[in-house]
Amino acid sequence: MSGIDIRQKAWSAGLIVLFFVAWELFCLATGMSDLVLPRPSQVFVTLYQRFPVLWPHIVQTLATTMFGFVLGVALGVALGAIIGVSKTAYDTCYPLLIGFSSIPKVAVVPIFVLWFGSGTVPAVLTALSICFFPIVVNIATGLATTEPELEDVLKALGASKFDILWNVGLPRTMPFFFASLKVAVSYAFVGAVLSETVASNRGLGNVMMTASSNFNVPLVFASLFVLAALGVVLYVVFSLIEGRVTGWATRKNDVIAT
Amino acid sequence: MRMQPNAQFDGQPVPEGSGPTAIELSEASVTFGRGDRAVPALSKTSLRIADGEFVALVGPSGCGKSTILRLVSGLVQPTSGVVIVGGREVTARALRVGMAFQNPTMLPWMTIERNIMLPLKIVEPFRSNFRRLRKTEFRDKANTLLEQVGLKGFGSRYPWQLSGGMLQRANLCRALIHEPRLLLLDEPFGALDQFTREELWAILQNLWMTHKPTVLLVTHDLREAGFLASRICVMSARPGRILDDSRVEFVRPRTVAMTFEPNFVALNQKLRAFIEDARSATERGTG
Repeated sequence: MSGIDIRQKAWSAGLIVLFFVAWELFCLATGMSDLVLPRPSQVFVTLYQRFPVLWPHIVQTLATTMFGFVLGVALGVALGAIIGVSKTAYDTCYPLLIGFSSIPKVAVVPIFVLWFGSGTVPAVLTALSICFFPIVVNIATGLATTEPELEDVLKALGASKFDILWNVGLPRTMPFFFASLKVAVSYAFVGAVLSETVASNRGLGNVMMTASSNFNVPLVFASLFVLAALGVVLYVVFSLIEGRVTGWATRKNDVIAT
Repeated sequence: MRMQPNAQFDGQPVPEGSGPTAIELSEASVTFGRGDRAVPALSKTSLRIADGEFVALVGPSGCGKSTILRLVSGLVQPTSGVVIVGGREVTARALRVGMAFQNPTMLPWMTIERNIMLPLKIVEPFRSNFRRLRKTEFRDKANTLLEQVGLKGFGSRYPWQLSGGMLQRANLCRALIHEPRLLLLDEPFGALDQFTREELWAILQNLWMTHKPTVLLVTHDLREAGFLASRICVMSARPGRILDDSRVEFVRPRTVAMTFEPNFVALNQKLRAFIEDARSATERGTG
């Protein structure tokens, strides 16, 4: 088991290295200008040199992402619980929710800017509005798929709706919830950067905009690398939490007793 | 209501069913849906079950057997008529009912022990003491029951580590942990193979003889009904009515071997005839 695990990880790492090596060689072979596509080595050097300047922006982006994400989770869980518990609410709210989620969030940022000015607030709101949808869907689905038979058993015992939600509905939803958190945190990240790109004077999105208008392409790429790395880190963190909390949902393959 | 003491008496000292009334349905009807799409599920059914009786409901599929269970548990309200359980009219909250269905529905994130203790988290007087006693008294209670169904030592396992038959035994434990006076079983062994099923009949019989709850068992297996029940009610096709109501007086504890004896087979054939009549009646009705 762990042997296969390590080999799998080695392959993943190898692929990443291979990707950068191929990129480097491609740029060297074609004599590509670094105004178009800088070599990875250049990008890493820039990243190293400019890191002190980038750092506050990284903190800013991370903070807005997490803030928007936390609000999105709260809103998503609340909405998902309401929708999942009641069939009527599910049928009534779904079209509206899908409508909201289909709006490209780039189009919404100017509206947020109009209402709240540029800067942190629209970034948080964009992160929130982009990340709450998968959470709503997953919580609602988890709750709606509770076995009716178990519900009957508990109702016959005199269990209240809350009893059932607390003891059965919510724990059952956890695997769905944590799976959605992984997705949602990446979405929140995209939302925050998007808003910073359009309207902010801080954050990685803003750094990229400024850098590209100065033709500082290596800095643009350096920011992209940071974004990718942060995205991976956030994903990994939530995967680990998921494994801890809802391990029961993924262990079904090794049955012991007959 | 008809009572036909037809099966043989085998030296049973006190006839069962003479105790105080546990369940009484009078002229109870249930209709699902309204207007044109109304489906009558049960029509004017009257049934009286005494405290501590083991009653099996048999009949063609879709005849409203499960509807009776849902009526008694308070999950469904009668469209007309009255349902009285334990001396009072059933409202949304029935009193101390244990239920088990064909699907064991154990919660996958809890150990078997904790799954079985779930009703104690809901039902008073256990509920208020749950935090205090879950590691001591309640846990012992769960393990005593597990031992009675032959699952000793499996309390700390997770549901996915157990076979279907084992889960169904755990399901029986969960239905009994809160000491219900009334046990409602809806085809609990329907998904099991023949041998496991027969094994579980004996286990259920033992549980019943130990705890003496009133049991209402819905089943489509006539041998199962004959093995377990003190009384068998045959229902007609939808909308259900009770066609026949007979006592089963075979001595307890009953054994699987007894189910192949002539008078047991005769009982089976009599029941089968009723159900076939009911089935062909519907075919004529709809065809």
